[in-house]
Amino acid sequence: MLGAYIAYYVSNALGLGTHPSVGSLLIALASSMVGCALIGFVIERFAYRPLRSAPRINILITAIGVSLFLEFGGQALFGSTPRFFPQIYQPQVDFSIGELIINPLQVVVLSISLILMIALQYLIYKTRMGRAMRAVSFSHDLASLMGIPTDRVISFTFMLGSALAGAAGVLVGLIYPKIDPLMGVVPGLKCFVAAVLGGIGNVQGAVVGAITLGLAEGFLVGYGAPTLRDALAFVILIVVLLLRPSGLFGVNRVEKV
Amino acid sequence: MKSNIKWIVALVGVWILSPILSKYFPPYETLILLQCGVAIILATSLNLINGFTGQFSMGHAGFMAVGAYASSVITTVFYRDFFMSGMGDYFFFVPLLVGAIAAGLMGYLVGLPSLRLKGDYLAIVTLGFGEIIRVVLLNMEVVGGPRGMPGIPPLANFTWIFSSVVITFFVIWRIVKSRYGRSFVAVREDEIAAESMGVPTTQVKVWAFVIGAFFAGLAGGLYAHVVQIVTPTGFTFTKSFELIIMVVLGGMGSLSGSVIAAVLLTILPEALRGYEAYTGGVDLRMVIYSFLLIVLMLSRPQGLLGRMEINDIIAKLISWFRKKKAEVAS
Repeated sequence: MLGAYIAYYVSNALGLGTHPSVGSLLIALASSMVGCALIGFVIERFAYRPLRSAPRINILITAIGVSLFLEFGGQALFGSTPRFFPQIYQPQVDFSIGELIINPLQVVVLSISLILMIALQYLIYKTRMGRAMRAVSFSHDLASLMGIPTDRVISFTFMLGSALAGAAGVLVGLIYPKIDPLMGVVPGLKCFVAAVLGGIGNVQGAVVGAITLGLAEGFLVGYGAPTLRDALAFVILIVVLLLRPSGLFGVNRVEKV
Repeated sequence: MKSNIKWIVALVGVWILSPILSKYFPPYETLILLQCGVAIILATSLNLINGFTGQFSMGHAGFMAVGAYASSVITTVFYRDFFMSGMGDYFFFVPLLVGAIAAGLMGYLVGLPSLRLKGDYLAIVTLGFGEIIRVVLLNMEVVGGPRGMPGIPPLANFTWIFSSVVITFFVIWRIVKSRYGRSFVAVREDEIAAESMGVPTTQVKVWAFVIGAFFAGLAGGLYAHVVQIVTPTGFTFTKSFELIIMVVLGGMGSLSGSVIAAVLLTILPEALRGYEAYTGGVDLRMVIYSFLLIVLMLSRPQGLLGRMEINDIIAKLISWFRKKKAEVAS
């Protein structure tokens, strides 16, 4: 949501909407990613870091509080009426392969998300920072004993996650040019479903999970029951958690005392 | 037995006071008081799940919806004439019980997957269940679909609501103070340790959900007969969130804390209604709630009362005063 709004203000301020091109798309994308990363940093610093050693349930409550604060704060700040997202990239022609009609916009959006996912994959599995992140996720205390600056790593993770979410906000704004402060609530829940479906802690799994969920919703809407759409994600979530709690590609972690 | 007498006195007190109150109380204030009663039932029942058993449920509005719809279907669709006549007033407990039992069954359904899940997963699943219930209601033509069900007879008066409050509070109080209730707390404190001590953790968790949902259904039934209309939009995630705030603010694991917070958070928006002009007509309630939640978690994560009850605090205060007095005297 914030990503879309930052892009909205930046592109209106710079007049990007009047010169639709790939360049202005990239400017909007980059600015909203940077903006969201900053916001993510601030939130992590002030809301989550003091709670690092608190019980899980407190952190969970804080997380819910933060997300609602952003959404409803946004509603108070920007007003609850939807706004029209500027057309910063507007390709003219659709092209077709056989009977398929493809809008280049969709191709662009899909490839941007693919590039971001590959970059994320590289970052997590091939860089020092990525290794540190995985170590912290495995065991916070052990990682800090090994000399990993855990606070900095967690901070970075938050910035990265927020930046990616911001990018997603811009892409959503591109395809559905109507943004409002509560646009992120349902996708936010569904992305959790997608991550669980693919297996938590697994980027490829999350991608597959998200695509599966999206297709399932698409088919449900196409073949009959569009009003049941929002329930589907949760039905999938419950089924997955009951049958295969570690997700499609997840690894089971044994719980120890 | 001695402690039970207190509750019976409270119940009789409600029966005597209610007709007098409802006669002389202005309608607007009456409505707020009735809503306070409903909020108390909801908050205490959610506290049983979230506070005492430590299972983070975000689907309480869903249970409430089940109770509200089930009881309203009986009073509005099936036996409308009977409940519109004077006689219906005395048999209001039947639809209320049906609603509560329906919600309790739902709680059993939700409780089952909770055996495997913890923390964030459970929170999202219960939230999902709440949403599923709402979406299903949205698609049921019998109950009006998205338009909701108007014209519910206004059966919930002072007597019914505050008797329910007393009964709910009594039942939950006795549960959590009993031997069985300690197994709820044991599950919250350390599930693995509780299980190795022979506490049937699965059973306890499911029971927490069933009882919590039962009373949420009761509250839903009462709520429907106060406001006289139920719509699916009245039972969204925001409603569950409001209840969670009440429980967290009052203190997870403090029943009297929940009561205080429920009353506070029901009256406060009404009391602040006059200042709406200063915010430019923007509804800042959710912003304040969520901010409050973050600040609470950072500064006083145990809530107002923590795990103490109001009588513990009074006892503490008294002993503190006595100590002061003794110090002054010596």
